[in-house]
Amino acid sequence: MATLLRTRGWDLSEPMVFGIGGGLFFIHIPFLKVGGLPLTAYRDAPRIILKNLAKRLGVPMRYERFRNTADGVRRLDELLDAGIPVGLQGNIYWLSYFPADMRFQYNGHNFVCYGRRDDHYLLSDPVFETVVTCSADDLARARFARGGPFPPKGLIYYPDALPRLPDLEQPVRMAVRDTCRRMLDVPIPLLGVRGIRYLARRVGKWPSRIGEKHARANLANIIRMQEEIGTGGAGFRFLYAAFLQEAAGILGKDSLQDLSGQLTAIGDRWREFAVLGAQVCRGRENIEPAYGKLAEIMNDCAAREQHLFTALRSMV
Amino acid sequence: MKAKEVPQEISMLEGHQRACYALGEDGRYTVVPSTGWEVEKIVNAVAVDEIRATIESARQRALRGEASALEFHMLRCHMTPAMLAANAGICKWRVRRHLRPDIFAGLRAAILARYADALRMNPEELKQVPGTAL
Repeated sequence: MATLLRTRGWDLSEPMVFGIGGGLFFIHIPFLKVGGLPLTAYRDAPRIILKNLAKRLGVPMRYERFRNTADGVRRLDELLDAGIPVGLQGNIYWLSYFPADMRFQYNGHNFVCYGRRDDHYLLSDPVFETVVTCSADDLARARFARGGPFPPKGLIYYPDALPRLPDLEQPVRMAVRDTCRRMLDVPIPLLGVRGIRYLARRVGKWPSRIGEKHARANLANIIRMQEEIGTGGAGFRFLYAAFLQEAAGILGKDSLQDLSGQLTAIGDRWREFAVLGAQVCRGRENIEPAYGKLAEIMNDCAAREQHLFTALRSMV
Repeated sequence: MKAKEVPQEISMLEGHQRACYALGEDGRYTVVPSTGWEVEKIVNAVAVDEIRATIESARQRALRGEASALEFHMLRCHMTPAMLAANAGICKWRVRRHLRPDIFAGLRAAILARYADALRMNPEELKQVPGTAL
């Protein structure tokens, strides 16, 4: 997403895009299954981050979806030939530049396409460091995959016209307040800090409630959402800490620098959770006590995040 | 996490690198490319092994004639009957019925072609099940 704006002349870092888009979040919905496992996410959906970003910075975004593949391919080529890079949504399974073991039927993947050469498209994918290429057939299949949650329907998006980069102070303030509100105040126990506590309670009970095998599958899934999905590591906590660091400069508040440090420590704690969880998955730990310990780390993360966002709210 | 603590281990990234955000010497965040982390490999393997086991069991059942080749190829593409239905444009209950080996054996070429296209293979391959595990 930062790529999308940078190619149009806006110099915004990825942490800024994530922060102003209000990306940081936590959600666990046991009854909404993705690939047979409960939905867990450490951030908001990319399209919602984008919507918030566009709103807060006053960028008119254009979204296009297509009924049929041919129209979708034609429109993408048209934009690329006009030199306009576009954001796309697609299904990871069909993108063969992904390593085999990372290809799952998952519709919600977002990336940027900025050109085409012969039969290949040039992409910037947030998962990878360098430019990747992709065949026309791969791309068309990924964009028009059907079935499963969030079908992409060929979605492409791009800034319609880019005004001058506005002063960031107000957008940053608004975004931080909104993230604090969402982490602390939403009256549904599945979201924000309450969501982390809710999941911690469930994790502790998994081995006795759903059996060791399922418990392991669920645990591995949470850690994958934390470390495998997206950028930065530790469930986007490091990315947001980087945002707070930049925000400290923009708002002229050194205290945000300290909070960034606290959030880094929280991210490190989430990484400890992942390390212990991986040992459990490998069968290196005694099952019952290990899940108790995992729940304990999560509760600690929840308490620290609650403290952090309460402090953060009082500062902006 | 400090920049020098960013794991550079072997994972499922197969030589790709991913971006990690970590603290540099000066205490500022920077992007550090990572070759992977053993932890992510372990949890990724849990998911991958589960899917592999499902595919392998379908392959063996198909070889014994207890499942159709269509079911094997559907699972090979990580699909559920509902997803296959949506991608092939055939309604769900018909797909479920077509998964039965006796019904699958009698499918018309036009229907086979739609399934083959949804699974990105040719119709001849769709009728085959490999003799050895993938």
